[in-house]
Amino acid sequence: MKKNKNPEDRHPFADQMDLLWRNKTAVAGLLIIFLFVVTALFAPLLSPHNPVEASLYDQLKPPVWYEGGSLRHILGTDDLGRDILSRIIYGARISLLVAVASVGIAFFIGSLLGSLAGYYKGLCDNLIMRAMDIVLAFPHILLAIVMVAYLGPSLRNAMIAIGIIYVPRFARIVRGSVLEECGKDYVTAARAIGAGDLRIIFLAIFPNCLGPLIVQTTLGFASAILDAAALSFLGLGAQPPTPEWGAMIAMGRSLILRAWWVMTIPGLAILFAVLGFNLFGDGLRDALDPRLRD
Amino acid sequence: MLPYVIRRILIMIPTLLGVSVIVFLMLHATPGDPAELLLGERATDSAIAEIRSHLGLDKPLHVQYGMFLKRLLKGDLGETIWTRQKVWTEVKQRFPATIELSVAAMIISCFFGMIFGIISATKQYSFFDYLSMVGALVGVSMPIFWLGLVLMLIFSLHLGWLPMSGRLSISTDLEFITRFYILDAMLTRNWPAFKDAVWHIILPAVTLSTIPMAIVARMTRSSMLDVLRQDYIKTAKAKGLSRFTVVFKHALRNALIPVVTTIGLQFGVLLGGAILTETIFAWPGVGKWIFDAVMQRDYMVIQGGTLFIATIFVVINLLVDLLYAVINPRISVQ
Repeated sequence: MKKNKNPEDRHPFADQMDLLWRNKTAVAGLLIIFLFVVTALFAPLLSPHNPVEASLYDQLKPPVWYEGGSLRHILGTDDLGRDILSRIIYGARISLLVAVASVGIAFFIGSLLGSLAGYYKGLCDNLIMRAMDIVLAFPHILLAIVMVAYLGPSLRNAMIAIGIIYVPRFARIVRGSVLEECGKDYVTAARAIGAGDLRIIFLAIFPNCLGPLIVQTTLGFASAILDAAALSFLGLGAQPPTPEWGAMIAMGRSLILRAWWVMTIPGLAILFAVLGFNLFGDGLRDALDPRLRD
Repeated sequence: MLPYVIRRILIMIPTLLGVSVIVFLMLHATPGDPAELLLGERATDSAIAEIRSHLGLDKPLHVQYGMFLKRLLKGDLGETIWTRQKVWTEVKQRFPATIELSVAAMIISCFFGMIFGIISATKQYSFFDYLSMVGALVGVSMPIFWLGLVLMLIFSLHLGWLPMSGRLSISTDLEFITRFYILDAMLTRNWPAFKDAVWHIILPAVTLSTIPMAIVARMTRSSMLDVLRQDYIKTAKAKGLSRFTVVFKHALRNALIPVVTTIGLQFGVLLGGAILTETIFAWPGVGKWIFDAVMQRDYMVIQGGTLFIATIFVVINLLVDLLYAVINPRISVQ
């Protein structure tokens, strides 16, 4: 490949990717995310046992490095004799699903509302943004808990609730970017050649707002995994015997004295996955948002 | 300044109205008959008829909302379903516990967060800086309910240093004045109870403080770095002032402006976030009360508690905005 000699000709995106690649913590985050996604996708191939199959002979076996542990159950078993490693591996699927689904809901609705507010301004903007203020008037985990309390506890309802509480974050970002882009020449040009409003919003303006949106999506994955785990921990999300990390912590809570590993290990899995998205999200923000660059 | 304050207070009203509409509609958006939902499946027909007429459930929705709002303005949040107490009375009994926990968590997170942030900024790119910023990231990536359980496992169950749950030991006597136990113990000079209350609050407060601590540390660091690059800091250094004076007298004061906003907003988040911490440590505050209500399907408590917390949250955010205008005069001109 021929290297581009003239720095003026380089696309800013190439600079941003360079910056991201040189950021060691961001690369570390990307590696963790890669590991997490691979685990989730290939769970049936990777997990040594069936995650929901109980085995009465193997109850509460400790991890392999502990006295009495064996290589058969590397991270030990829970009180029903289920292999914790397998449950963690399958749990990655649930967490990935929750993150993608709830952030997806928020991304879609938030971008739509934010673009409308930023493009049409005036009354439309006022109505939409006041509605967002009302959602933000609740501490977000409380709103999620209360919504699930009314909808009924299930993983699906937890995802819906988390999706809805994240809508304002996306709407605000998109609105801000759209407001900024609206005054630029290319929008006037698009209008001059007779493009319709929807075409201008979604084909001309929206792609230019993607930078901050990508950052928010990555960080949103992190907090969605945390919030879903919290809801499941409280018994409002995934129901047994689903191998969900938060629900596993809740189950291990009553065994805290007899078998610490049942509660501790799923927490480490959550920490690891969330840390990956946070590290990468921070790196992305540094790379994509020139205002924050040192 | 005054017009700004008035405008901000006026903006708050539609938000609060919106909050009340959402809380009101939640009950009606749920499939099924609200009266049965409120009273449970085994309620008698007469009880259902009574609550129907009391809440006006047979009237159109907007009339019901009007009645709901009218009751709210009189400070009537209704009665709990199981204990038949006034919801407002129950809130008042539990709120001091939540505030006490949040204030303790806030003190811990401000103290350590600011110290870590300042040191990181003055020694940018040093090992300490790197370590504390990774630490802050780990802090926001942790499920706090899990952290609470791990701390409980280590410090109460294994080491036996701190109590596992509650606000006071059963054997401790304390005369309640404000219902802030630590304050009450100080006021009555009841030192054994003081020690007991402090011992009980440590684990839940540390658990709750993790996320705000990490946020405060990061905010302090970036704000401090901004300020340290300014010309007047160079001037101060050039005058030959000691590093300590430059950092703490010249830089910190200006660097703290955005930090104060962060802290205020975090305080509101803490009040809501306390629901998990309170549940784990059996801390008898509003958060645990709402969660228990969710489990028992006491919709009056869920409704009243949520409305109460949301109102407090909105008011705190308003106060933070006003405080920001006071310490940063540039804002009120706009």
